[in-house]
Amino acid sequence: MILARVTGEVVATQKHASQEGRKLLLVEPEAFAGARAHGAPPGLIALDAVGAGVGERVLVVLDGYAAMTAVGRPMSPIDAAVIGIIDRVDALGT
Amino acid sequence: MFLARVTGTVVATVKDEALRARKLLVVRPLDAHGRPQARTLVAVDAVGAGAGETVYCCRGKEASFPWLPETVPSDASIVGIVDPAANPGLVAANANGEGRA
Repeated sequence: MILARVTGEVVATQKHASQEGRKLLLVEPEAFAGARAHGAPPGLIALDAVGAGVGERVLVVLDGYAAMTAVGRPMSPIDAAVIGIIDRVDALGT
Repeated sequence: MFLARVTGTVVATVKDEALRARKLLVVRPLDAHGRPQARTLVAVDAVGAGAGETVYCCRGKEASFPWLPETVPSDASIVGIVDPAANPGLVAANANGEGRA
């Protein structure tokens, strides 16, 4: 998973049916303790599974199987989902 | 999923049987502000996307799921078209493509 910030919502009337009833969130990966988020493509969009809003700091899963199970839509063309809203991240001094 | 703009179409008469009658579109990934990235790939169209449109694609094995139970060999498929009117920030940045009304 990665830490990210919700920066917007994407509106698409013409889309695959598996996305119905869920928000499409534009999420910007966040660095932590001087290191960039790993594995996120530019222009990342994640389906919302937890009711996250613009501006919130979130946990995003970047795997299709995990994303589909989070939104309860198996065998769907979904490869990322917001699965948590982050309250705080504490650095553990290294 | 990732944002992208449709920049071309691929014609391949000889191809995997399951790709017959499927549109192969060349797409260029965009960043969160609609700016094109210096990379390009081919995606199978699942929603009727056209030239110059701003779309978003699904990657990985899930990219073949739009056509189940038929098994289409795709690792990237277009699964949505961004509404130009509702997302001016995303579509305007790569403006030369004509968006859907």
